[in-house]
Amino acid sequence: MEQNNMNLTLKVWRQKNAQTPGKFVTYKADGISPDMSFLEMLDVVNESLIHKNEEPIHFDHDCREGICGMCSLYINGHPHGPKRAITTCQLHMRTFHDGETITIEPWRAAAFPVIKDLAVDRSAFDRIQQAGGYISVNTGGVPDANEIAIPKVIADEAFNSATCIGCGACVAACKNASAMLFVSAKVSQLGMLPQGQPERYSRAQSMVAQMDAEGFGNCTNTRACEAECPKEITLTNIARMNNDYFSAKLFREEHIHENNG
Amino acid sequence: MSEFKQTFNSSLGKKLIMALTGLFLCTFLIVHLGGNLLLFRNDNGYSFNVYANFLTHFPPIEVIAYLLYLCIIVHSIYALVLTIKNRRSRPVGYAVVNKSPATWQSKNMGLLGAILLFFIVVHMRDFWFRYKFTNEVTYKEYRTDLATNQTTVADYVPVSADFEPTVSTENNVEIVRVKDLHANVVTSFSCLWYVIIYVLAMGAIAFHLKHGFQSAFRTLGWVHRKYTPVVEFIGTWLFAVIIPCLFALMPIVYYITSLKN
Repeated sequence: MEQNNMNLTLKVWRQKNAQTPGKFVTYKADGISPDMSFLEMLDVVNESLIHKNEEPIHFDHDCREGICGMCSLYINGHPHGPKRAITTCQLHMRTFHDGETITIEPWRAAAFPVIKDLAVDRSAFDRIQQAGGYISVNTGGVPDANEIAIPKVIADEAFNSATCIGCGACVAACKNASAMLFVSAKVSQLGMLPQGQPERYSRAQSMVAQMDAEGFGNCTNTRACEAECPKEITLTNIARMNNDYFSAKLFREEHIHENNG
Repeated sequence: MSEFKQTFNSSLGKKLIMALTGLFLCTFLIVHLGGNLLLFRNDNGYSFNVYANFLTHFPPIEVIAYLLYLCIIVHSIYALVLTIKNRRSRPVGYAVVNKSPATWQSKNMGLLGAILLFFIVVHMRDFWFRYKFTNEVTYKEYRTDLATNQTTVADYVPVSADFEPTVSTENNVEIVRVKDLHANVVTSFSCLWYVIIYVLAMGAIAFHLKHGFQSAFRTLGWVHRKYTPVVEFIGTWLFAVIIPCLFALMPIVYYITSLKN
């Protein structure tokens, strides 16, 4: 197996913190097994950096099985690397060829400031979620399962939207650094279901308001987000969010009477 | 009022304005093309000149025309505002350009729009401003014998500078005296570089609308399995192929005709 190992050149973005400008540093990654994941390859590089008493490359990771939304990395012009519908931790080194130069950048967006190297602060997503990405549930007895009938098509569609792991690849891929795919998935997953109806229109308004406050760009429907999303969230969600937002803003104000304070 | 202001200042509100003004401009294109197809009638410009006269002297059309100019200005200003916001949303760019399968036109709407704005300025200066606000356009007199339906054409020199177009009937001969915009068309389109500008602008409008028409519907939130293919079909074939081709054919045909004379 030894002869199948790969020698790679990495161009990695190194940045001390949000205040300091960053730069690319080139590293050699030799003897990399094609069966390693991309993050394991970085672990190997970091081991050697630590042995040389150098600062290891900082990058986000957690579950390493494609479900937590923690890993990021903009690899050779693609968020989560060149393969479709996977996260960086699911990307294997056999995707690359021996001797290849791999450029690794952080998500780049004003709303995602760099914490260090390749790790960015995605708490803007948390604040958007807190602004309206919830439903109100009464305490008390546990309701019967399947008490509320939901058509399968709606259940499937809501579930598809709910698969969003909030990794931020949509923002990274978008030429405008727009977060509308993420926000629309969160608006849709609740807004499509009966349990999400009470807050449906206030949710769309407050989540969009928070999204704007965080400084994300505006969607121009290029569909780059949809193509790069590891969970294949579709652009239809954005149309659905727009629909809820415009309905809320233009036709469904809470106070409909003129003198209702 | 402030609630409306807040709505239209939000990211989605600005996109809504882009979509609505854009779609209004699209409907105008159909009307504009319908009228201009009269250029292909071989009648010494009679029907085209009468049509141009009608457009500038029928009050409802004049009102819609000013609404149209407003839409062009608003669409351009909002495009600029949104582009600046989008640029600011990614202060540090990527070293490797995104390789998502987003179409070229979807990523270059601003460039295409700037070409079109330049074209509209040139076009309105030569055909709208000169026609309405100067005396540079000469007059033609069309005499139609109502018995035989034969039309003769001659140059007409108005008695005073503020002469208004007239239609009168004498001895069973209808006399129409109108500004000869058709002569402007003939002279303008006998110039090769002018023809090239027009044809290139029609190329720009084709790509702009290939993305823009369906994108406007997405922004409005009108996406559905049943009618989105219809919208995409109309956007592609009517707005990106048929309309630009027919418009581009006008300068080309007039240029070729000018070569023969």
